[in-house]
Parts: sequence; C-alpha cells; structure tokens
Amino acid sequence: MTTIELTGLTKRFGEKLAVDGLTATVRPGAVTGFLGPNGSGKTTTMRMLLGLDAPTAGTARIGGRTYAELTDPMRTVGALLDPSWMHPNRSARAHLRWTAAAAGIPCARVDAVLELVGLAPVAGKPVRMFSLGMRQRLALAGALLGEPEVLVLDEPANGLDPAGIVWLRGHLQRQAAEGRTVLVSSHLLAETALTATELLVIGNGRLLAQGPTAEVLGGRARTVRVQAAAPEAFTAALRAAGHTVRGLPGERAVLVPEATTAQVGEIAARHGLALLELTAQPASLEETFMELTTDAAAEVAS
Amino acid sequence: MTAVIGVTPGDAQRMASASAPPTGRVRRFVRLLAAERIKLLSTRSPWWCGAIVVALLVGLTALAASFIEPGDGSPWWSISGIGTLPTAVVAVLGALAATGEYRTGTVRTTFLAAPGRVCPLVAKAVVLAVAAAVLGWIASFAAWGLARVVAPQADLALAGSAQWRAVAGVGAVYAVVAVLAVAVGIALRHTGGAITLLMAWIFAGEPVLATLPRVGTDIAIWLPMRNLTRFLVVGVAEPDPTRSFFGEREYLGPWAALGCSAAVALVLLAIAIGVSRRRDA
Repeated sequence: MTTIELTGLTKRFGEKLAVDGLTATVRPGAVTGFLGPNGSGKTTTMRMLLGLDAPTAGTARIGGRTYAELTDPMRTVGALLDPSWMHPNRSARAHLRWTAAAAGIPCARVDAVLELVGLAPVAGKPVRMFSLGMRQRLALAGALLGEPEVLVLDEPANGLDPAGIVWLRGHLQRQAAEGRTVLVSSHLLAETALTATELLVIGNGRLLAQGPTAEVLGGRARTVRVQAAAPEAFTAALRAAGHTVRGLPGERAVLVPEATTAQVGEIAARHGLALLELTAQPASLEETFMELTTDAAAEVAS
Repeated sequence: MTAVIGVTPGDAQRMASASAPPTGRVRRFVRLLAAERIKLLSTRSPWWCGAIVVALLVGLTALAASFIEPGDGSPWWSISGIGTLPTAVVAVLGALAATGEYRTGTVRTTFLAAPGRVCPLVAKAVVLAVAAAVLGWIASFAAWGLARVVAPQADLALAGSAQWRAVAGVGAVYAVVAVLAVAVGIALRHTGGAITLLMAWIFAGEPVLATLPRVGTDIAIWLPMRNLTRFLVVGVAEPDPTRSFFGEREYLGPWAALGCSAAVALVLLAIAIGVSRRRDA
C-alpha cells in the first residue's frame, strides 16, 4: 500500500507561486481525480512529486519517501507527464527498450505493454508517424512498464479516441481495485467524475476541495426546477423571498438556483399555490467546477 | 504468512535493499550504459555523423597521400594530424546526442528512470566516448590503409610507438572530443547554441587565442584541440607541424597533451552535470 503525501508543497517561479502550500493525501485503492483549470499548478505538482522540479518548500512523498529516495523508481511509480517526451525518429519499441533498460525492467515487459495498449502492430514504426492518441498510448505503455504500485498520469485522456478513453477508464479502475494508487489529472470534470471516486481540486496552486467525488460535487447548492399552476404569481413570490428565478425558453417551468426543494415547496404552501412539478437538479459538473474554482480566483483577487 | 511485528512494507523494502549485493550501484550504472547505447544506436543521426567522419578522414588522408613525392623522407608529415574537419563532426555527434535529449524531452524520462542527475549523464558521456573511440579506430585504420595503397612507395609502416599513436590515437582523440561536446550539450541544452559554440571554438577560438601577440604561445600550450593534434603528430612528423603554433616555447609531450585535453573535457563535464543538478528538468 503506497500513499502519496503532499505536505506544504510550494513552487515559486520568479514572482509567481505556481503551487502554494499544497497539503493533500492520495490513498491507494482508488482513482483520485486531480482537477483544476489550466495553469492551476497540476503539472508542477506532479513534476515535484516525480523529482523533476525541486520544491521551493514542503515535501512530496510516495510511501514515505521522496521520488529520488526510491530504489527502482519506475517499479514503484509509473508516470505519464507529456506524450511528446520521445524521440521522433526512434521506434515505439526502441523507446520502451531504452526506458526499460534504464529502469532495470526486463525486456519482456516491453512487448507486454505494447500489446496492452494496442500498439504491438506498429511497434517498429518511428514515433513521428504516430498520431497524438498513439503517442499518448505509448506514453501510457511507458508508465505501465514497471508494473508500478502508483500511477501518476497528467491528462492521459488527451488525444485518445472514444474507444481509448473507455479502455483507459476501465484500466485505471481495475488498477485501483487491485489496491494501487492512481492519481489522474484533468481539466475536464465530466470525464474525471466518471473515472475517479476521489477528487483533489486545486485552483491557483491551492487546495480547494478534497474527498469522495459524490461529496465534493454533491455538497454544492443545487438548482430547483419548478412549475406552478400560476407561474407569474409564483415567480413574484419566489423573488419576494429573495430567490433568483430563471425562465426556460419554451417551457412553463422555471429554474431556481441555489435553493432546495423544501424551501421552494414551503414558499408555495405559504402562498397557497399549486405546484405541478418540483424537482432538484444537480448543478452541472462544469457549473460546480466553475463555482469551486472562481471562488478561489475571487479570493486571490481580494 | 508469518507476521513480523512492527515491520512496515517500507522497512521490508529497505531490508531487502540492504541485503542486496553491494554491487547495486554498479548494476544500476551498467543498466544506464545499456539504455544510453540503445538511445544512441536507435536514431539515424549518429550513423550519419559516423559515416561522414569516416568518409572525411579517409578521403582527406588519401588526398594528402596522393601528394607524397617518391623519396619523401617524412611521409607521415603529410598524412597525420589533418583531421580537424572530421573531428568537428565528432563534436557535432556528441553535442546532438546530448541536446537531442533536451529537445525531445527524453531526458526527463531518463531522470524518471534514474532520478540522480549524475549517473545518467555520466553514462551518456561514457557511451559517447566509447562510440567515438570505435569510430576513430575504424576511420583512422581505414585512412591509413588507403594511404598505403595510394602511396605504396612511401614508408608508412607502423614501425614504432609514435606511428601506432598517430593511427590508433585517433580513437582517444575522438573520445575526448565527444566528452567535451556532450558536456557543452548538457550545459547549453540547445542544439544550435552548442554546435555553434563548439565550431567557433575549434575553427576560430583556438587559432585566434594561439596567435595573440606575446601571450599566444603561453595560452596555446593548454588549448585542448591543439594538444589533441600534438598527441597524434609528435614523433612521426618531422619537422613537427605543431611548431608553427607553439613557436619555440616549451610544450607538453604527447601523452601529457592528451591528458591535459582529457582533463579539460572532464572538468567541463563535471561543471555541466553540476549545472544540471541545480536546475529543474
């Protein structure tokens, strides 16, 4: 069981704080989605975790050790940071062969992972002939070479076709089910919400939320969809109670953001108005995400 | 499973690594040598550079040999130490091998496999040195062989240690140049910059420094490329062609000259690796 622990992790590039005192834990046995808008510090965090960047302050440990302290790091941690980190004129097999040689991984694994990611038929072709999706698969093969306990993947779904995304999702969930630690970054919430059971959300280099996906996403205010027999009167009543009312084009129902069904139902009862429909609508994932991350932006601005 | 009280998986791993043979470090370094060998031989540019080096050295030597007059007392004078151009291509080969890693980002994958910066970069320098040495031997023996065919009447036998040094020494010279170029490549990370600097040094820097008034000859004694030429020509080429740039000054013997150049290359490599340790990959 190998846990990732970030403690006060900080990285400063000149004036800019890319990662600002990030403290978080990534547990084994779950796929943890690492979410944040572009430029929020996800990649920098991963680079520090993998010993590529030196932290300005704080530590990033994997099973209690820093990356540099691991004996055979690629056998403990499989990383995919950038699918362009390969020589265009080298074949897929040669790329994995030198990686395996450097990491002390038996050569037999090379063909096994090529088979696993579906690149076996083109293993001898130079990488320059590969599409972004194929490079992404090759980079993923590199991460899986050492059968690692921990997977650290930066936007692995980038460039994959739908079949590839479905395969990746299933593969990561299986890895987690086998007790491995899986940290997957993304700026796409919908995709992450399907894969990850845990979320780690950052904005401007700071931790915004951490916990089970349902909790992080579900804890936010919901929107209520309501349709009254007398829509005008009810809208007025809602506005009087301090709610916002949003009309829906072509529909008699309206949306009441940041309200619960109980609140809306109570207002209807108080005014003696009949309701034809009253449902709670979870905010869309993207809305929740925006809400989480713009809070952080506002906080920084103030 | 027998429970060992108070032993965490981390402890077990540490105990396992402690009981591993003390050659673990050596084994890891040998692994990195293998990785660097695969890297070097699995792209095309090293093969092209190698072919150009052989073609240049063989071609230039054959051309020089064709001008050897019958009865020339010192035919070695004509054919030794003429390899500045092929040597420059060896420098390009070394620089490309280092900067290509930074250009393509494969250096980061290397650092993921071996997080210490020192071992993978030293391994790269060692592999390049060995490859350049082999290349030097192939090129120089081919060139010497062709020279004997072109000038059958000239006395180009490998009669003594100086003659052997003039031919086989090319391997050592190329190895030193490769290490120097790898060091520059690691330090600058940029292909254009590294090659420009190396070419400027070989074709302009050293000649200009060596011909500075008054101090030129004092400086020339320590210049690495000149010393590599000295290493090849001293003892076989009379009058000594390096006299022209050393003047009447005392200068290093052939082996000291090689050692001096190798020391320069190793110091540069140490500086480059030191720089690389301090910066983010």
